[in-house]
Amino acid sequence: MSSEPALVVANLVKRFGKITAVNDISFTVERGSVTALLGGNGAGKTTTMAMLLGALKPTSGAIHALGIDMAQHRYDAIPRMNFSSPYVALPARLTVRENLTVFAHLYGLDRIKERIERIAEAFEMKDLLKTAVGKLSAGQKTRAGLAKALLNEPELLLLDEPTASLDPDTADWIRTYFETYTRQTGATILLASHHMGEVERLCKYALMMRHGTIADRGSPSELIARYGRQNLEEVFLDIARDTGTRSAAQ
Amino acid sequence: MTGSTQRIWGMVLRNLYLLRSSWPRLFELAYWPTFSLLIWGFLSQFLMTNSSYIAQAAGVLISAVLLWDVLFRSNLGLAITFLEEMWSRNLGQLFISPLRPLELVAALMVISFLRTLISVVPAALLAMPLFGVWVFDLGFALAAFFFNLMVMGWAVGLFVTGLLLRMGLGAEGIVWTGIFLIAPITGIYYPISVLPEWLQPLAWSFPSTYVFEGMRAVMFDHIFRWDLMMGAVLLNIVYLIAGAVSFLIFYRIARVRGLLLQQGD
Repeated sequence: MSSEPALVVANLVKRFGKITAVNDISFTVERGSVTALLGGNGAGKTTTMAMLLGALKPTSGAIHALGIDMAQHRYDAIPRMNFSSPYVALPARLTVRENLTVFAHLYGLDRIKERIERIAEAFEMKDLLKTAVGKLSAGQKTRAGLAKALLNEPELLLLDEPTASLDPDTADWIRTYFETYTRQTGATILLASHHMGEVERLCKYALMMRHGTIADRGSPSELIARYGRQNLEEVFLDIARDTGTRSAAQ
Repeated sequence: MTGSTQRIWGMVLRNLYLLRSSWPRLFELAYWPTFSLLIWGFLSQFLMTNSSYIAQAAGVLISAVLLWDVLFRSNLGLAITFLEEMWSRNLGQLFISPLRPLELVAALMVISFLRTLISVVPAALLAMPLFGVWVFDLGFALAAFFFNLMVMGWAVGLFVTGLLLRMGLGAEGIVWTGIFLIAPITGIYYPISVLPEWLQPLAWSFPSTYVFEGMRAVMFDHIFRWDLMMGAVLLNIVYLIAGAVSFLIFYRIARVRGLLLQQGD
C-alpha cells in the first residue's frame, strides 16, 4: 500500500456568489483510515464531499485523491473511488442486478456477473437481485446503494450518512461490514454522519466543520477529552452551537 | 469492451433495461408517429382526387410526416433520455462515476437513434398496407434524409439538454415544445417558396429545410439534389458542434454552481 495519504486537501474554498460555503479548509486523510467529516446542517460537509467527488468545481484550493490532482486528472482517480448516500437514488424501475450491471460498465469492470454475485452475497441481497429498486424498503435501498459503491472495490470511499433511516440492527450490520472491509482491503473511508455513536465506533479521526471551516479536529477520544465531555455527541453540540470550551486551551 | 465504449454501452444498456421494463414507454414511442401517419394518410387519399399537387406524387405527405417524425423523435429521444435520469434522481450517480460528459453525449445519441427507429419504423411499415406507400423505395435518398434529420435532432436535443442541466426540471416544457418552433417554416408539407420572402433566409438556416426540399425533388422530379444534401450536411456539422459545445458549457456552469448533484424544479 502506498504511504502517500489517500486525500490531501489544501486551502479549499467554495463560494456561491457572496456566500462562502467552504472557507479555506485543509486536511489530510491517511490511507487505510476511517475519517469522519462532521458538522451541523449548512456546515459545508456536502459541499466539501461534492468537491472531493469532482461534481463541484472549487473556487480555489487543491485536492489530491490517491495522489492524483483532481483539478487536472480527476478521471484517473474516479474509477478508484466511489460514493454512497441515501439521498442519491438508483433508477427505481431497474432491478438491483440491472443497476449493478450498468454501474459495473460505467466503472469499466470485468467479470461483472461474478462481482455482482459476490457483492450481493456480501450484502445478503441475492434474493433481491431480480427486484426493482423502487420496490425495495428504505433499508434494502441503502444496501443496494452501498453494493453499488463497493462494486469497484474502491480504494477511497466517501459515505454520506450510510445508516440514515435504517433500523438499529441493519445499521449495526453495515458498520460491521465497513470495519471488516477496511481491515481486509486497506481502503480509506471518509464518512459524513450525524450519528456520533457510529463515528466513535468506526473513525480514528474526525474533522468538525462549522460555518464552512474546520472548527476542530482529532480522534474522537481526543476531542471528548479536549472539551471535557462524556461523548462525541456533546462535543458535536458544543461545536455546532459554538458553546464549547476547549479544556486543553484553558 | 473497454474504456469509453464500455461506459457508453453501460448507458445504452441502462435505457434498454428501462424500455424493457416499461411497455407503456415502448407503446408511447410508436403511438404518435402511427397516429400522425393515419391522419396524414387519409388526408392524402382525399387530396389525391382533389389536388393536382398531391396527385403528382402520391405519398409526399406521408413521407413528409415520417421524416418530420425522424427529426422530432431524434430530438425528443435525446432529451427524454436525459430527463429520465433527472426523474429518477440518477444524475448525481452518473456525474460522480467515470462517465465523461462527451461519453454521455455519445450514449444519448445512440439511445436517441434506437428510440427513433422504434418510433418510426412501425409507422413506415404500416404505410404500405394502409396507403400503398413504401417509403423505402426512396433508397439512398431516404438514408441520407434520415441521417441528416437525426443529426439535427441530436444537435437541438443537446442544446435543450444543456438548458435542463442549467435550469433543472423547470425547463422541461422546452423538451416537448422546442422543436415545434421551426415546424411552420422548415417546409415539411409545402415548399419554402410559399413563405414570405423575408422569412425564407431564416428557413434556409435549418438543415431540415434542405432535406424536405430534397424529398420533394425526389418525389416530384425524380432527381436527388446533391446541392441540397451538401447544404444539409454542412449546416448539420455546424449545428452538431454548436449543440455539443453548448452542452459542455452548460455542464461547466452546472459544475461551478453545484447543480449536478441537486437537480429538481
